[in-house]
Amino acid sequence: MFDKILIANRGEIACRVIKTARRMGIKTVAVYSDADKDALHVQMADEAVHIGPPQSAQSYLRIDRIVDACLETGAQAVHPGYGFLSEKREFQEALAKAGVAFIGPDAHAIYAMGDKIESKKLAMEAGVNTVPGYMGVIKDAEEAVRIARDIGYPVMVKASAGGGGKGMRLARNDQEAAEGFVSATNEARSSFADDRVFIEKFIEQPRHIEIQVLADAHGNVIYLGERECSIQRRHQKVIEEAPSPFLDEATRKAMGEQACALARAVGYKSAGTVEFIVGADRSFYFLEMNTRLQVEHPVTEMVTGLDLVEWMIRIADGERLTVRQKDVKLNGWAVEARVYAEDPFRNFLPSIGRLVRYVPPAEGDFVRVDTGVYEGGEISMYYDPMIAKLITYGVSRDHAIAHMRQALDEYYIRGVNHNIPFLASLMAKQRFVEGRLTTNFIAEEYPEGFHAADLPPDDPETLVAVAAAAHRRTIERDAQISGQLPGREMKVAEDWVVMLDGKPHTVSVGDAPQGYAAVVDGNPVTLRTDWKIGEPLFRATVNGHHVCVQIDRQGAGYRLFHAGSRADALVLTRRGAELAALMPHKAPPDMSRFLLSPMPGLLVSVAVEEGQEVKAGEVLAVVEAMKMENVLRAERDGSISKIHTGPGASLAVDQVILEFA
Amino acid sequence: MQEIIRQLDEKRARARAGGGDKRIAGQHAKGKLSARERIELLLDPDSFEEWDMFVEHRCTDFGMGEQTIPGDGVVTGYGTINGRLVFVFSQDFTVFGGSLSEAHAEKICKIMDHAIKVGAPVIGLNDSGGARIQEGVASLAGYAEVFQRNVMASGVVPQISCIMGPCAGGAVYSPAMTDFIFMVKDSSYMFVTGPEVVKTVTHESVTAEELGGAVTHSSKSGVADLAFENDVEALLQLRRFVDFLPSSNREKPPVRPTSDSADRMEMSLDTLIPDNPNKPYDMKELILKVVDEGDFFEIAPSFAANIITGFARMEGSTVGIVANQPMVLAGCLDIDSSRKAARFVRFCDAFNIPIITFVDVPGFLPGTAQEYGGIIKHGAKLLFAYAECTVPKVTVITRKAYGGAYDVMSSKHLRGDVNFAWPTAEIAVMGPKGAVEIIFRQDIGNAEKIAARTEEYRQKFANPFVAGHRGFIDDVIMPHATRKRICRSLVMLRDKELENPWRKHGNIPL
Repeated sequence: MFDKILIANRGEIACRVIKTARRMGIKTVAVYSDADKDALHVQMADEAVHIGPPQSAQSYLRIDRIVDACLETGAQAVHPGYGFLSEKREFQEALAKAGVAFIGPDAHAIYAMGDKIESKKLAMEAGVNTVPGYMGVIKDAEEAVRIARDIGYPVMVKASAGGGGKGMRLARNDQEAAEGFVSATNEARSSFADDRVFIEKFIEQPRHIEIQVLADAHGNVIYLGERECSIQRRHQKVIEEAPSPFLDEATRKAMGEQACALARAVGYKSAGTVEFIVGADRSFYFLEMNTRLQVEHPVTEMVTGLDLVEWMIRIADGERLTVRQKDVKLNGWAVEARVYAEDPFRNFLPSIGRLVRYVPPAEGDFVRVDTGVYEGGEISMYYDPMIAKLITYGVSRDHAIAHMRQALDEYYIRGVNHNIPFLASLMAKQRFVEGRLTTNFIAEEYPEGFHAADLPPDDPETLVAVAAAAHRRTIERDAQISGQLPGREMKVAEDWVVMLDGKPHTVSVGDAPQGYAAVVDGNPVTLRTDWKIGEPLFRATVNGHHVCVQIDRQGAGYRLFHAGSRADALVLTRRGAELAALMPHKAPPDMSRFLLSPMPGLLVSVAVEEGQEVKAGEVLAVVEAMKMENVLRAERDGSISKIHTGPGASLAVDQVILEFA
Repeated sequence: MQEIIRQLDEKRARARAGGGDKRIAGQHAKGKLSARERIELLLDPDSFEEWDMFVEHRCTDFGMGEQTIPGDGVVTGYGTINGRLVFVFSQDFTVFGGSLSEAHAEKICKIMDHAIKVGAPVIGLNDSGGARIQEGVASLAGYAEVFQRNVMASGVVPQISCIMGPCAGGAVYSPAMTDFIFMVKDSSYMFVTGPEVVKTVTHESVTAEELGGAVTHSSKSGVADLAFENDVEALLQLRRFVDFLPSSNREKPPVRPTSDSADRMEMSLDTLIPDNPNKPYDMKELILKVVDEGDFFEIAPSFAANIITGFARMEGSTVGIVANQPMVLAGCLDIDSSRKAARFVRFCDAFNIPIITFVDVPGFLPGTAQEYGGIIKHGAKLLFAYAECTVPKVTVITRKAYGGAYDVMSSKHLRGDVNFAWPTAEIAVMGPKGAVEIIFRQDIGNAEKIAARTEEYRQKFANPFVAGHRGFIDDVIMPHATRKRICRSLVMLRDKELENPWRKHGNIPL
């Protein structure tokens, strides 16, 4: 076995590989750029080698520097993680030349699977289903119908030069095929000046399901079941799970065997993933093969009990697979959510900066957190803004989802925006719970993008009880202040009104063992908690159910976070509530007339003048944040009435830059 | 006897009715609570002891003789906030527009005199149209009586003003002399002369809100310390605020139990200071991670934000925090920030509240605006305040402590009791670049030499050790242990005794 390996990556995946290597008794070498000198993977590794400035192209993508780092530290093998150099044949070759093992497949497999056409050809030869279609030039509508019949309806007529949905026609019968051919041809001619079209099988309600394979250098190939990764946003996977709620045993077996056949055909060794598109009728077709460890590999590990990184290392060292196909059992269910530093309420704009507070949920049998950051660390602009992968396990899918919801509630992140509200919203979608997934899931469920209204309506009773209990505990402590008039000490009231997002709820809170006995809007609520004032997580059992609510002090009240949503609570005495009801409702000012800075940064330029008419889409200003220029454009037509600040100004988030008339 | 009791009940009922239901409804329509409703929210339930309900004005001119309302436009008395005694007056806008008559003033003076005698804070809830014009000079005399007591009470008992309606003309000078001013947005304003007079004299068109509203005074003028959305929020926050303050200068600040451990480590503070010395970071993160439960009551957050001031607790006891904020103007000292911090330091000193100072200051803000504005005298206020101050002073230099600003910010030389530095501290006359350009002026054309000299300077001075050699720094501490080290220092300083020589009063450069 290797004594020492180098991990040619950063972030959570570098940390994850280091963990397995350490367990196997292998020393580890991290590499890092200037931006990562304090990163977790550097702290975790036995040694660390600096490989350049922050930009990936000058550090994590520099083959020469990483090979040098291996030679310098005596690392015998390299684990590439995913991304960066993991699928670069040249890297593999450079390592081979330097006599360093590559923990992954051989160069020829990387090469063969890296090419779309080549890989599809190989797949067909290996007997793997590929999307049926006719790639030749079609001369008229009659021929189009004949081809469509051969493929089998429904089909998609597509412009060869097409893109952006233009020149595409769906056909479910002969007539539609004929008409579709004509209109697609015309549109292609006018849009792309190229009227060639082709016909392909249309996959209804497509799902993205992939098969994990493991192959050794001795010809043993097994598949470790599937992962469903249909929940994608702009082709980025968001939620993955294993197994798929859609596959039956027969389909799984058929897909697995085809995946193994392909792996054999390219002489694959190491862990690899064969991606399929699966239709509503469980027909499945090859998409591509990823010749590396996938981001979402933990869900497979959770249900198979195998450590894929460990096997990658063993296989790279020439070991034989000791796991047989019949030994592979899928136990229970695992779901992975990718936690990103991005603002789901601002069109998923990356949110970089300091992790002022970062407390991931505690790991255990049901929760795994693969993370590469820590409290006080930085989400850098130079790399993928992923904070962590949160993986939960359960005996059933429902169970795993329940654990995921709980874990999301516990995930405490402050300082950067994060997508936990979005993830919580996904977990609450009935369609997700039912497993009715397609790759269009997010586009269909959030047609207008993600908004606060997409969050599940939270159970007010629980939040009200939590706010009342937290307040009661606070008041009890306030009543212990020194210097009170003897005999006139503050008495803790029991009757309250909780204003939850401005809506009053009548509450009384009395003492009970380890907590409180409350009545919320007439309903009894028993709440047990050992929460202490100042703790960010309010863990409690409310009427027998475990809940975890994040609680931040907000002026005289509290800001609560639960199930992805946020609520402000102000706890008042009954009389206080009567008086509060007299207070005017101040509508937040209409900010749509204003151009606000979307992030803290430097105002580089203002492209317009006061009084100028602008059209939607026109550039208004440029804001530089963390060395990246962000162009702000007009969202609608209008005229500029006032410019509030000038170039060179440093902007706070939401600061007004200019104002429309 | 029966008759007297009947009369008493009737008089009480009339006093409680204030200006009557219609006027109270009018007050509500303006988004304001009545004087008594405000007291109800401010004080512990049933703790209010009202005085002078039967006081009526003595004016007979202009038909005033026929118009009397018991209480005469102000509700006064005492009560408790979390069991602790406070005196309060609440002006009643529904009675003669809350205008100040001689009798009205006497009521306020009475509770102020008592507050000074027994040592308890005075809270004023201001909502008054101004002087009772019908009374003429008697009303002005009333103001002056209140002013005099404001001054006598200053530094003896905390005085807090909550402006919840108009407060114009001479009336502003009573709140101005109290320790803290809170305001309510959209329904309160303070100015010496109102929009009409401004229009006549300077031809400026300005609304009352723009001229003297809560936002104006809490961000532009610095007259107000905090602005709140409405009466309820202001009064609830006022309750929280009073919990931080000692009742008088004869007492130590109140103590409240906490489960937050004095030994709590905050590892993330080790990465708070960015590698790049010119990159800002948020000093508030340090404050929130050091103080009990992350509970920090900031004073004047929107004014002179380059310095942070506010109250917090360490192991349950109140402390005052002063900190440079690198996020705003690089944390430099200027006229506004010096004034803001100086006043805060003097309040803490007057009321036995230990001061924790977090220092990251590149110096004083340069420029004609500053020099013409008198930065010399204003900066000296902060220096004076720190130097005069005898309460426990614990200082932590996190990064830059350059030049005169180093001296000012609670340095050892100004009787700082415990002065810590983080390993990232740079204590020097100025930054390496500027220093080299002066010391090695002849090499300015030679970039290479300058770079070498700068590096030499950085090596020599951009660290806490030069100050450490001289004992100006008691220890270099790890950022993550900041809370623990401050808590220990404060406990050690619990019984600190230090007195300045007797004098009538010092002469702070006003």
